Amino acid sequence: MGSFLPNTAQEQQEMLEAIGFHSFEELFSQIPQQVRLGELNLPAGLSEMQALERMEELAQKNRQFRHIFRGAGAYDHYIPSVVGSVIGKEQFVTAYTPYQAEISQGILQSIFEYQTMICELTQMAASNASVYDGATAAAEAVAMCRERKRRTAYVSETAHPEVIKVIKTYCYASNTEVVMIRQKDGVTDMDALREALDEESACFYMQQPNFYGNIEDASGLAEITHGAGAKFIMGCNPIALAILQTPGECGADVAVGEGQPLGLPLAFGGPYLGFMAASEKMVRRLPGRIVGETKDQEGNRAFVLTLQAREQHIRREKASSNICSNQALCALAAGVYMAAMGEAGMTQAARLCVSKAHYLQQVLSEAGLSPKYDRPFFHEFVTVARGKTADILQALEEKGILGGYPLNGDEILWCATEKNTKETMDLVASVVKEVCS
Amino acid sequence: MKLIFERGKKGQGCTLLPPCDVPEVELPVPMRGKKPKLPHVSENELSRHYTELAKQVHGVNDGFYPLGSCTMKYNPKVNERAAALSGFTGIHPLQPEHTVQGCLEVLREASQMLCEITGMDRMTMQPAAGAHGEFTGLLLIKAYHDSRNDTARTKIIVPDSAHGTNPASAAMLGYDVVSIPSGPDGCVDIGKLKEAVGSDTAGLMLTNPNTVGLFDKNILEITSIVHEAGGLTYYDGANLNAVMGLVRPGDMGFDVVHLNLHKTFSTPHGGGGPGSGPVGCKAFLAEFLPGLLPVPADGGLCMEAPEHSVGSVKAFYGNFLVVVRAMTYILMLGREGIPAAAKNAVLNANYMMQKLKDIYPMAYDGTCMHEFVMSLEKMKHEIGVSAMDVAKSLLDYGIHPPTMYFPLIVHEALMVEPTETESRETLDEVIAVFREIYETAGKDPRILHEAPVKTYIRRPDEVRAARKAVLRWSED
Repeated sequence: MGSFLPNTAQEQQEMLEAIGFHSFEELFSQIPQQVRLGELNLPAGLSEMQALERMEELAQKNRQFRHIFRGAGAYDHYIPSVVGSVIGKEQFVTAYTPYQAEISQGILQSIFEYQTMICELTQMAASNASVYDGATAAAEAVAMCRERKRRTAYVSETAHPEVIKVIKTYCYASNTEVVMIRQKDGVTDMDALREALDEESACFYMQQPNFYGNIEDASGLAEITHGAGAKFIMGCNPIALAILQTPGECGADVAVGEGQPLGLPLAFGGPYLGFMAASEKMVRRLPGRIVGETKDQEGNRAFVLTLQAREQHIRREKASSNICSNQALCALAAGVYMAAMGEAGMTQAARLCVSKAHYLQQVLSEAGLSPKYDRPFFHEFVTVARGKTADILQALEEKGILGGYPLNGDEILWCATEKNTKETMDLVASVVKEVCS
Repeated sequence: MKLIFERGKKGQGCTLLPPCDVPEVELPVPMRGKKPKLPHVSENELSRHYTELAKQVHGVNDGFYPLGSCTMKYNPKVNERAAALSGFTGIHPLQPEHTVQGCLEVLREASQMLCEITGMDRMTMQPAAGAHGEFTGLLLIKAYHDSRNDTARTKIIVPDSAHGTNPASAAMLGYDVVSIPSGPDGCVDIGKLKEAVGSDTAGLMLTNPNTVGLFDKNILEITSIVHEAGGLTYYDGANLNAVMGLVRPGDMGFDVVHLNLHKTFSTPHGGGGPGSGPVGCKAFLAEFLPGLLPVPADGGLCMEAPEHSVGSVKAFYGNFLVVVRAMTYILMLGREGIPAAAKNAVLNANYMMQKLKDIYPMAYDGTCMHEFVMSLEKMKHEIGVSAMDVAKSLLDYGIHPPTMYFPLIVHEALMVEPTETESRETLDEVIAVFREIYETAGKDPRILHEAPVKTYIRRPDEVRAARKAVLRWSED
């Protein structure tokens, strides 16, 4: 069997005897016999080599695509080499939450830097140290906005279906009513929102760009929401934030998003990173850990976990959330990513996404897949071709290409990033043309 | 040390992306006005910055880390290697099912093995951490009562020794929290429990061994009292490391369990995450599980939502790469290695406790499980040296302090969990350090009040941090 126990059988026996026991049986005598287990029904343990072989065998059963044109909440961006090198450092990997500030300054400072970068990207007042993913960030944001007399949450139908599902699940838990705001022509129906909101509305959640890739009139939606006295929550793609109007500029009360595009691999859906930032007024309602700057007793700059009066270990049932562990190492990756890219690199990535996606839309359109919407989009868009979805995706798969995400038999949601070259996009178009003709 | 924003200068940066090979497009929408102020640094400077930061961090790899209730065991390197396989990292979560059979097998096999270890029937890997697992487990309890129109069950019973997340999780579901006092032995007071349960009891949340490191021998009676009142029982898996392979929550009468793969199953904590908090349940609750579960179909596996699923607690399938790590660990330990780890965790804790209890009073008598709690109340009263002082003093010896001031029912508590992956030599060295600190406290308590002196910073001013919250860097 594999084992990570340093003490030999003889040492174990010596240690038992040193503290007055003859056997393990005696050491565990406080556990009643009736609940004891005979033997686990598991395979015998393996050596490291065998265990790794088994995992490699499983990894090989997956098909890894060389070219990916699918987004829908998980995006294939270039990850700078320095990201992997930093997050592989064992001090960062093997440390716990930085409770002991004196021996955790490295983690605390890196989170403080991450918080700053998220504030810069969103133009919000303060960021927390991360939550589990973009979907839970949205659900936590809804919880932040709920007040005694304002208990209904409104969510745009154009948000990511998984995010909507998670918001609904959290709201089922907290007995919060969720009302969906319908879409019109691929964006939130602003009239529907205006009609729906009233004095019992807590908040409105929307996503920019939305699930279909379309760019919403975020400041218009914010204005309507604030007009009814409700809070405006903006879900954002962090790469798009480099160029699009920011939550700060739109007047958002809370900005959230999926941080995976910031240097995290697709990894079959996780671990990812939920980022959350709030306006000045909402800071003390943020859930989770927050790092603040202070001084040590000699006056040196120091960082600590702060505003802990919001948190579960102090407030127990009155805490703003139950979250403890977050996605610290993923937040570190995002921080390194943003530092490596810099403002110029982030802007370049965003602009490449836009240009490539528009090129892809054009060549697909020429190949027979017409765009569903005629509106500004970021790096995703929907195409329509009656009954062709399965054939198109199958034909691409045979060429080692993961095509867009099938919304139904007729519609596909495509995505292009800086990783997709003109050459591959032309190849996609030629495959599509063959299927469509 | 400088912040990353205080390094480099405009014009510096890394060359990462190629020029655009298609016509450039300008969007006809409002664009951001002010550019984000992100660092301008060369790769060398960037890399050194984080290397310097890493030097200011103490991980399990750097030394002893007896943080009670956190199970800071060694993180095997093979786990990292398995999780870095491109056949896992390069897979999109929405790929066609026939192209992700390996991932689905990981989810299925890991959940089957964990079901066996916990005595549960089905499991979801969707929750991302322990607290998230608690939330999910309570959702199952709520969905169960709701499905029976039993809506009068509004209370969750939690012992007063419970971790703060238990009441916080219950509150997220709108439950009222009923705290029941522990008996003088640190275990659940059966009489008080009987008084607390009733037709308004939704469930009980418990960890066994409990937060003072003792196995509650009345566990079968406790779970049956709750069941008889119509409530369900929730096992907080935070302390499973003490008993895995020896006793199963399912056999103790629990209906729902969450695990912390980042504690019990050796996946690293990453400075606070990502973790993974799978939730297992008995068959009668499986229909409510969130997310999609892998099920056999046409010679392979496909994903399917349980019939009355509560929805989703996270996008996709959870922190998948953390599950890969935990599975690798379980494969290596196997049926003999898992109980062997638990036995040695308990042995190491008792060994340390026995060798310290003559000078550091223990909060409870008798044999402990994987951790023990000392109370420094007397020391604080007599010479003014607090649990905090002893903890900070340990820092100067390169040792991570135990969990401080928890559980709340013990004054001046230090909670020590050595884990099974520490050698007798390490334990002996640390015991000697504890004894030396005790002597120093008697001779010159000022040294302890001043500690630490060898760390990168001295004690930080936490009051100042909260009062004048500086939560981001700015230029001026």
